[in-house]
Order: sequence, then structure tokens, then C-alpha cells
Amino acid sequence: MSDYLAVTDDDLAVMLDAIGVASVDDLLQAVPEALRVARPLDLPPGRDEQGVMRHLADLAARNTSCDDEVSFLGAGMYDHYVPALVDAITSRSEFLTPYTPYQPEISQGGLQVMFEYQTAICELTGLAISNASVYEGPSAVAAAAYMAHGHNGRTGYVVSAGLHPHSVATLATSSAGYGGTVTQVPLRDGATHGDDIAAAVGDDTCAVIVQQPNFVGAVEDLAALSERVHAAGAVMIAACDPIALSVLRPPGACGVDIAVGEGQPLGNRLDFGGPSFGFLAASDAFTRRMPGRIAGQTTDVDGRRGFVLTLQTREQHIRREKATSNICTAQALNALAATVYLSWLGQEGFAGLGELLVRRTDYARRTLCAIPGVTALHDQPVVREFAVRLDADVDAVIARCRERFGVNPGVPLRAMLPDHEDGLLVALTERRDRADIDLLAEALADAVAHAKAGA
Amino acid sequence: MGEANYPADLKYHREHDWVRLEGDEAVFGITWFAQDALGEVVYFDAPDVGAAVVADDAYAELESVKAVSDVYAPLSGEVTAVNDAVSTSPGLVNSDPYGEGWLVRVRLSDPSQVDGLMDQAAYTQYLEGLS
Amino acid sequence: MTAATGNPLQHEAVVTIYEKSRPGRRAYVAPPADVPERPLDELLPAALRRERPARLPQVSEPEIVRHFVRLSKRNFDLDSGFYPLGSCTMKHNPKLHERAAALPGHSRLHPLQADEHAQGALELMFNLQHALAEVAGLPHVSLQPSAGSHGELAGVLLTRAYHEARGDQREIVLTPNTAHGTNPATVTMAGYRVVNVGTAPDGGVDLDDLRAKISDRVACLMLTNPSTLGLFDSNIAEISRIVHDAGATLYYDGANLNAVMGICRPGDMGFDIVHFNLHKSFTQPHGGGGPGAGPIAVSDRIAPFLPVPVVAKDGDRFRLDHDRPQSIGRLRGFHGNYGVFVRSYAYICSLGAEGIARTARAAVLNANYLKALLARPGIAEHLPVAYDRHCMHEFVLSGAPMKRDLGIRTLDLAKRLLDHGFHPPTVYFPQLVEESLLVEPTETETRETMEAFADAVAEILAEAKADPSVAREAPYTTPVRRLDEAAAARNPVVRQPMD
Repeated sequence: MSDYLAVTDDDLAVMLDAIGVASVDDLLQAVPEALRVARPLDLPPGRDEQGVMRHLADLAARNTSCDDEVSFLGAGMYDHYVPALVDAITSRSEFLTPYTPYQPEISQGGLQVMFEYQTAICELTGLAISNASVYEGPSAVAAAAYMAHGHNGRTGYVVSAGLHPHSVATLATSSAGYGGTVTQVPLRDGATHGDDIAAAVGDDTCAVIVQQPNFVGAVEDLAALSERVHAAGAVMIAACDPIALSVLRPPGACGVDIAVGEGQPLGNRLDFGGPSFGFLAASDAFTRRMPGRIAGQTTDVDGRRGFVLTLQTREQHIRREKATSNICTAQALNALAATVYLSWLGQEGFAGLGELLVRRTDYARRTLCAIPGVTALHDQPVVREFAVRLDADVDAVIARCRERFGVNPGVPLRAMLPDHEDGLLVALTERRDRADIDLLAEALADAVAHAKAGA
Repeated sequence: MGEANYPADLKYHREHDWVRLEGDEAVFGITWFAQDALGEVVYFDAPDVGAAVVADDAYAELESVKAVSDVYAPLSGEVTAVNDAVSTSPGLVNSDPYGEGWLVRVRLSDPSQVDGLMDQAAYTQYLEGLS
Repeated sequence: MTAATGNPLQHEAVVTIYEKSRPGRRAYVAPPADVPERPLDELLPAALRRERPARLPQVSEPEIVRHFVRLSKRNFDLDSGFYPLGSCTMKHNPKLHERAAALPGHSRLHPLQADEHAQGALELMFNLQHALAEVAGLPHVSLQPSAGSHGELAGVLLTRAYHEARGDQREIVLTPNTAHGTNPATVTMAGYRVVNVGTAPDGGVDLDDLRAKISDRVACLMLTNPSTLGLFDSNIAEISRIVHDAGATLYYDGANLNAVMGICRPGDMGFDIVHFNLHKSFTQPHGGGGPGAGPIAVSDRIAPFLPVPVVAKDGDRFRLDHDRPQSIGRLRGFHGNYGVFVRSYAYICSLGAEGIARTARAAVLNANYLKALLARPGIAEHLPVAYDRHCMHEFVLSGAPMKRDLGIRTLDLAKRLLDHGFHPPTVYFPQLVEESLLVEPTETETRETMEAFADAVAEILAEAKADPSVAREAPYTTPVRRLDEAAAARNPVVRQPMD
């Protein structure tokens, strides 16, 4: 067993003597006897480091990771290549083991990283101000919704059916307490239509929330949608795939007021869904409604450039029940990973990555839709993910692709959108090259044909 | 910011606001004591011109780096002017609380409310009672 | 002046990665397209595309490495020194946890992998649910919330769902006036109104005030025990009776669980809902401000409303259970911060039942020892303990006499501690105590470390007696000295100017 304690018998004697008690139990007298745990907790006995590592390795071995199959899983988290330097930087004790930079004089590294992160997010989104991270994607949608509520006092949310089902559910749960209502607008040929938005918004509409690209992979015309939203006096919120923002017109340039998104694709591990981070950026008008930490530039008493947490009067530790959010601990280390990753990609690399994904995804969609029994769910432009319909049982097709070809062809839409029984959502990253796409096509052709023959 | 001072020509409210009467209008600000307690003022969340203010109710917020303070109206009326200089340079509230650091000008709806305010002597005595 | 001066880093120019950018430099080059080239306009209409690339830095890999390594040297961290930041439980982060979490079977597992292909992960989560339920003394656990404040939101929304299911409309949540700011902020987000409950002279909940404020309009009392003053409230059974008699729920903020885990359990004290801060009690590297995780444990009557999904076990198979008709729904995407779960689960496996209780006892011992060290002449008259009783895992000092007699504030003491190589305690919290310092050494620190810290405090106070300006102008040896926070707030520069 390891417990990481340091008290020797000699230490204990000296310490108890200094405190003036005979035993540690004497220190615990405030805890009534009746409340003490009368039995040991029902947990396995402690193990040594070697034993714990073996147990955790055994558990890991019972998972099928993206190293174990050719994976086209996406729907919010994506298997991008994370360069070695991200691990090298994020595993440094100086970044790994401090807490929130309450003492700026000894936290300049972390604060400058926040400043550089905020700059990158502003560049990606085309918006004026970014915070230093929120928890993750869907709760970032809820955070943006709460900002909009603080801004105009309304409680109605109109969401596109292309918004990730987890975001819709998170918004509904998180806003229920303050009276939030969620109305969904259906897609037309895979995309949100401005007329449907205009018809759904009313005087009580706080904000409209659209995803870019949406859940079925389609690129939305955010500029056209923003115009309809603003005409109705509501706040326009877009939940964006940050990798897609390498090629897409930034939401800020499309009239979006608040842009949020799941940050995992930016240099973070899959980790079975977390920890990752959420990004949140907004136009100037929302500066004092922003949730969470924000780093700002200043100077020290000797005139040196430095960074501090700023605009703190928004936050829970000062404004308490009137705070813009209750968030305290967020995802600083994950935002660091994103900052290093985006610096590594660089201006040209980021653009090049996006273009590569657009081309390979187009190739994949054409190749797959040429297979008998496979059709496109929609004809909208896509960046890195698209949905198809299978003329066969989706689960049977996925099972055969995995068993015979070692290919995981994607996320069955039925698992997340109940009315899409036959849908398959296929995602690409730069790790899936043409040979992988061709293998996917071969596997899908075989599996669909097999399933149809058996049906 | 200098030493504590409370001019004799002003009236004072218990929430540490001052009033300078000018005919049927009045100028509001916060006292030396209030700005000292708040520390360096960094933001003035001002009311709109035309807004109604009610005696004893908050009409604005002042923020320092680590605190937010409601600003209370000593008298009721309608805001006729806001000190934009404080919005751009909030430190004026600290450096010159009774001069360039004034906050709003108000057309009074009930000038008789003045009778409920403290004069310099009463306010300084009130402050002594607080410490 | 005795102040050591300078730090080589003070002479280093502060340059951002954007300022190091030079056209044409790069680290990454996208692979050439290996698919048929079609005009981009046909794939993605120009109107939907960026007009110019995002202005990310153009830097080489060696420069990136050097940039971030140099930045890292401008941070103080737990692996380098004592970090007695009250309420944050800055205990040692075992290196094993990083190795285990990095295993590809954990770190490269997609969240939408089918349950049958994620059995190891689901078993880990199931076991962690069980362990947390044991520690809480409450049988049902959701791992979903992402941090403590997220767990609080879950807990108050559960309270709302519970009352509403009984057709009971309530509008108030009580919090002690010592509460962390996340409590009242959460209450508002959940659509309730905050009413504060006072603190008795012994540091516990003021029972008379509680009785005066409890009613059938109160939905919940949110409490930590030990409180943010580091004191265990012996009246907890009576508090629980008062709250439950009024039909309200009792919520346990787990920020201070490190003091009592394995010794007594919130469920046995009468709490209905508990949130854990895995990044505190169950050691998680704090990452400069996250990630953490804020799982919740609840009693039977709250269980139907738990967020989805929870991990269930059928025979020897584990699965994500989404089919919970009365659930409040989701609070985030996917299943929670799994990477955090791996680390905390590894910690629980290392400690076992016995180790968990031993850890809490050691945390209490260390806190009381440091409190005793700081009670010596030369310190205690300037920096008295705010509540003179045995503390649990942390304690509060008041710097009011120091400010009055020596002319230095708690902030000055904190800044001078930086020159001694220590992270200061939490300052100005709890707000109930004037010029407060909240000190939490944690159980993993040695006696020698705490003695050195006490010596530094004594030295700073003696120095202030001779010349208070030394502390007032501290620190001197840090990469930068005191920063102008007012200027940063008055004229916010929150991103690199590009144009």
C-alpha cells in the first residue's frame, strides 16, 4: 500500500506534544461518537504502486481504443494526432501541479498561457473576448445561454435540430431552474433554415443556438441565420468545431454574438470523453457577462510587463449570488494543451489541416455514397464529418466492419437521435488517410451487402 | 487620495453618498470614506440619462479590483447627466471624490427629502460611531 | 533592508508566442492531399469560407518548446514547494497516476465506443461510484459533474426536481455566511434565492438563526462540515433535524472532505446530497486551474433524479444507463471527466479503506501541528487563530492585530512569503474574519516543511516590526513584482493586439 504520508513515530510524538494532546483521537473530539464510522469502509485493501499499475493496465486492456481499430468515430470528439511536444509541455510539474493563479507574481507562466490561449480563440472565432476556458462543449452552450439570459432577461431558447443532442439536453437541464425553455427547429435537407428560425423566435426568445458544422456534418450559413435572429432581437449563439474554423468563416464575421465549442480536437486526448475544455468567446457587448477566469495584461511596480486575472468582479468569489456564473475550477491544463497545439500547427499548418480534411471528407463521402445501399443523408457542404443512410441494419453492419476489417465505421445516429434508425455518422481526422477511407469503403460495401443478403 | 475630508457645503447619506444642491437639481457622489473603503475604482456602471432614482435605493455600481459596491441615491429624482469622465477614468472617484469624481446630476422630485440627510458635523460623528 | 533582491527572470523580456512569429516559419506541415484534387469552391462555397487564415503564430518546434519551457519557469508549483492554500487541498499528486492515465486503453478511448468495447472503463467508473458511495455514506452516485461548482449545480437542481416531483414549490436556499462564493452563485443559477445563516461564536452554524430562517419555503441548506473555518460542527445532527423537519434537503459541499473521509460520513450526518472535489480529497494535479471533477452521491429519495448516464452492472457486464425517466437530464457531454476518474481511482486503490482514514487523520494532525507552531510568541500576538479550538484539516488566522500593530496587511505577509519560497495560504477568505488567512498544510507535508514555514512567518513579522515597508513592497525575488491589477481592469487587454 502507498499512502504518501511522512509522519514517523518520532514525528508523531513531537507533534502531539507541541499540540498538547495525547493522541490524534483527541483532535477529533468535535466529531460525535455516534457519527463515527463503526466499520472499515467496504473497499479493497490498499495495494503497492506496482499492483495498482497492473490493475489499471488490466482495465485499459479491456477497452478498444483508437489504437486498436481504424476508427471513424466522432460526434463531438475526434481522434486527431497529438504531437509529442504537447505531452512534454503539459506534463511539466510547473504547469501540471499549481492551482488557479491567485498569486500572479509566481504564476506568470500560467497567466501568459491564458493570454495566448484567449488570443488564439479570438482568432479562431473572430470575436473580441475569450475567457480562459469552461468545462467542455455542451456545458459551454449552457454557459452561453446563461450569459444571454443575463443580457436580455429572457428565458426562451430556440435551438436547431442540428445542435448536438448532448448540448440540447445540457441546456434543458441547466436552464430549468431559472425557467429556461427549449424549442427545437427541424433541419431541411440537413441544414437549419432561416424561415424556420424566424417562425420560431418570439418576444420571449432569449437566444438562438446553432451548431457549426451541425450534428450531421452540414456547414450552416451562419451569416444568413444571424440576420434573422437579430431581426427578432435575440442573441445568436454558435457551437463550433474548432478544427472546422480553420477553413470556415469565423462566427464573429457572421454576426454571431457568442461562440462556444468543445475544445478536445485541439491537442487533447479522447480520455473516454473528458477532461477536455470548452471555449467561449463573445463580442465586446458581453465583456461583463463573461463567465470564469480571464487573464489580462498589465505592468509591475518596476514597469515590467506581466499578466493578472482580470475583470474579477464578474465572478462568484466577489459577486456571489449576482455572479455571471458559478464556475471556479475550469480546464486550464487542457487549454494549455490547445495553446501548444495551435502554436505547433501554426498559421499555415492549421489552414492546411482544414483543407486536407475538406478534401478527404469529400472523397470519403463520394466513395461511400457510391456503394449500393449507402446514401447521403443530406447534400450540404461538409468539412470533416458527414451522415449516410444504410439500407441495412446499422448495428449488424458496424459489427461486421469491426470483426472482418478492423474498421469502426462511425457512430450509429440512432444512439443519439431516435428518429434516425438507419443513420451512420462518419468522422475524419488527419490520421485517416486515403488507404483507411478505401478500407472503410470496402468494409461497408461488404457489410451492407451481407446484411441485405441476410435480411 | 490624500487625507479624509468632508466639505461643509455638502449633505451626506448614511450609505456614504454626498449631495451638492444646485437649485432644483443636485449632484451625487460618494464620500472620501466610501472611496477609501472600496479601494482603487476601476469601473462605473452608470445609470442612463432619464432614469428615475429613488432615495435610499441603489442607482449605480462602482467596482474596484476585488469588490463591487452599490451606490445609493440620497434623494429621489430623474438623472439629467452622467459623469462620462468617471466612466473613462474611474480613478477620479479616488483622486477627487467631491470634484471631478462626481457621478450623476439629478432633477429632484421632492427637495424636502434633503431634511433627512446629515450635514458635515453629523456625518463625521456618524463615521466615528462606525469605527 | 534585508530583502533579497532580484531574480534572473526579472531581466528577461516578456514576449508572447505571437510576437515571436515570423512569416514562413513552421513546425507542422499538413500532409499532401492523397485524394483527387477538386476545386475547393466546389466542395465548400467561398461565401462560407475564411477570407484569411487565422493569425496563429508562425514558429519552429524548437522555439515552441523553448517558449513554453521558459514560461513554465515563471510558475510556482506544488512539486517545487509548500502550497498551504486553504480550502484547495494541495496534497501530493502521485506520478503513478499520470502513467496510468496515459495508457492508450484509457487515454485513446473514444467516448462513443460501444459499451461492450469499453468494459474496462465502465468497470473503473462502476468501482469509483461504489468507493465514493462508501466514503459519502450515500448509496447512489453520478460521476458526471465536471468540477465542484458543477456538482453544486447538479445538487441544487436535484433538490428542485425532488420538491417539484412532490408538487412542492419552494424558493429559498440557505447558505452559511462563511460559504464559498460558488454556493450563492449556484443558487441563483438554479433559480432560487439565497438567504444567509449566521455563524455562532464557536464557529458553527448559529442554530437560533437557522431556526428563525427555516420554513416550508426553504428548499435546501448548503453546508460544508468541517466548515470553511476548518471546524467540525458538532451540532450537525440537530441541524439535520431542523432542516428535515421543514421538508428541506441538506446539501454537503465536499470541499473539506479530506478532514473526515473514512472517519465519519455525510450520509450518516443526515446529508441528502454530497459533491466531491476529486481534485482535492482524491488528489488530482490542479493543472493551473483544472481539470477537476465533481461527482455527487445522494440518498434513496434523491436517486431517481440523478443525471444520466450512470454506470450499471448486469451480471458481469457493465453498461451506461440512460433510461432513467425521472432524471434531471444531462449536465455535460458524454460521461464525465474520465481521465480524472482514472487518477482518483488509482489513489483509492493505493490507499484502501484503511489508508483513506489514515490520510484524513494525518491531515488533521498536520493542521493542528502547524497551528501550534504559529501559536508561539512572536507570531500569535500579531496573527492569532480566529477560533481557538482544535481544528480539522485547516485553520483560520486573523491578520487584524498585525495590520493594526505592525502596519502590514495580510496581503503584504502573503507577498513576503513568496520571497521565502512558499505559496501563501488563502487570503481574505473566509470573509467573516478580518484580514483572514486560511491555512491547509495537507497530510503529505513533512514536519520540517511546516516548521520552516512557521519560521518564515516569524521572520517576516520580526522584520515588519523593524521596517514594515519591506513587506509592503514585497515580493522582490519573483519573476515580476507587484502587478497593477487596477490598470488591468480599467483598460482590459485580454488578447494580443494583431492589427
